[in-house]
Amino acid sequence: MHVNTFDRYQSNESLIHRLDPRVKVVVTVLFIVSNVILPDGAWLAFLLAWGMVLLVNILANFNIDYALKRSFIAFPFALAAVTVIFTIPGQPLVAFTLGSWELTVTDAGLIRFASIVIRSWLSVQMAILLTATTQFPDLIHALRHLRVPQVLVAVISFTYRYLFVLVDEAMRLMRAREARSAHPLKGQGGGSIMWRARVTGNMVGQLFLRSYERSDRIYNAMLARGYRGHYQTLNPHVMSANDWLIGGLAIAILVIFQIVGRL
Amino acid sequence: MLFSPIVPNIIGNLVNDPAMHIPDGFLSITISIIFWVITILLLTIATRKTQGELGERQIPLMGVMAAFIFAGQMINFPVLGGTSGHLLGGALAAIVLGPWAGMLVMAAVIGLQALLFQDGGLVVMGANIFNMGLLTALIGYGLYRSVAGQNRGVRLAVAGVGAWLSVMAGALATALQLWLSGTSPLAVVLPAMLGVHALIGIGEALITVAALAFITQTRPDLLEAKAVKARGGRGWVFVGLIIALAVVLFSPLASGNPDGLERVATDLGFIGQGAGVPFEILPGYTIPAFGGTDISTILAGAAGALVVAIIAWGVGRTLRHRTTPTSEPGNLP
Repeated sequence: MHVNTFDRYQSNESLIHRLDPRVKVVVTVLFIVSNVILPDGAWLAFLLAWGMVLLVNILANFNIDYALKRSFIAFPFALAAVTVIFTIPGQPLVAFTLGSWELTVTDAGLIRFASIVIRSWLSVQMAILLTATTQFPDLIHALRHLRVPQVLVAVISFTYRYLFVLVDEAMRLMRAREARSAHPLKGQGGGSIMWRARVTGNMVGQLFLRSYERSDRIYNAMLARGYRGHYQTLNPHVMSANDWLIGGLAIAILVIFQIVGRL
Repeated sequence: MLFSPIVPNIIGNLVNDPAMHIPDGFLSITISIIFWVITILLLTIATRKTQGELGERQIPLMGVMAAFIFAGQMINFPVLGGTSGHLLGGALAAIVLGPWAGMLVMAAVIGLQALLFQDGGLVVMGANIFNMGLLTALIGYGLYRSVAGQNRGVRLAVAGVGAWLSVMAGALATALQLWLSGTSPLAVVLPAMLGVHALIGIGEALITVAALAFITQTRPDLLEAKAVKARGGRGWVFVGLIIALAVVLFSPLASGNPDGLERVATDLGFIGQGAGVPFEILPGYTIPAFGGTDISTILAGAAGALVVAIIAWGVGRTLRHRTTPTSEPGNLP
């Protein structure tokens, strides 16, 4: 697995790509918070928020539907909210029976469900844009500036670095299993589920040991290169006037959304 | 997919992930903040503790272990009808690395999943870390530590139970958070989450047990009683047992008779009304769930679980006294 797998759009050049990662993280989080605290059925405010997502798409030199196309990952979870359609009392719209249940669709229930799904869908799009316009090391560094404990930040950046190495290791294990397994055209393959789970567990144990021992080697290598328990960076990450301006503007827009949503 | 053939595999896996990665928008701001506070508190302690234990070695070990959990979650096996099972890893991480280290590792995994794949939201990340990283570490390590001095069979069995319960605890917490946020009625979301995860938990238990058995065989030093106990004090056993008990206590609610559930559903029909006014949620909602005949079911479940826990603890205690003076007989290579 190559490091660039996730970085396909991160090295583009645009207003959004150039923004300080701190600004992007803060605005993304505030955008999500803003959606979460908008009241149910604030359609105009939701529409404006989507407008903001589309604007960021354009400013980042992506196609206008870039984030939209990738935003369906959170949709299966909407299932968790479906039942509010029937359980919130309100003006009944449609009633039908399903087995032994009598289900009544209410207007209040529909509004609540639609609001939950829209909130989540808008939030995912903005998070996608954050990831797509920020190099991961910069993102991690922004967290550091935003007072996330240094140790946690260092652990996350290490995880990112070795993710690719260990995913390759896991792929190698799975390839070895494939190579030694017969695949009947019909059916699930041989062995009981218990046996299959045990083989998987052995592979996980094997991966654990390889990783554990690798971390030892890495630590020794780091010591050999002068590691003293904390990370150092040469990138100063200074906020420019432009960063302050765009960040402030974005926050002002979010405040307007809140006012519009409560009119 | 656009990239290498590996990417759809990973993403497919993550989408198949049990419904525990809550996206943004599904939890109210109050619930999100409450769980961020709890999570930050525990992670702060975890950071200090692991730094004391591991020193400078902490960062490479934790980082590589988090990458291991991430990669380990990709290794799957076919179950039934096109579905597949794979590791979640919270209990395993806490058992092999210790509870604090396990929490940090899972927090890094969940943070990366949200930042890289949008798998789980940012504002709700506190709740996701709590459900999948903190609860799992408390239960997984707490139960395993209670039998750290026993023979291999007992330890593996308890690790399996711990892994299953840790998944159930995560599912229970997720259901409660969704309910308190007014996103789904408890009577629907609780049995659904617990039902699905009772099965997912079995996969988790099998993989965890097999992985631990493998590690015990190849690197017995990592899992011998002394090493396991050194990673956390005796208090973990009690915390683990209490949380495990709470999970067992709630399960009867889900597995109760359908008539009762239907009645609870109508009782709780007003859920979600208060979602716009988060501070009124708690008092109105908690009581009706326990009304009527359900109390007896819960009490029965609680009493049963309590008896089992006391017996297990008593047995563990007496056996531990017997085994501690000698040097871990079951662990010789």
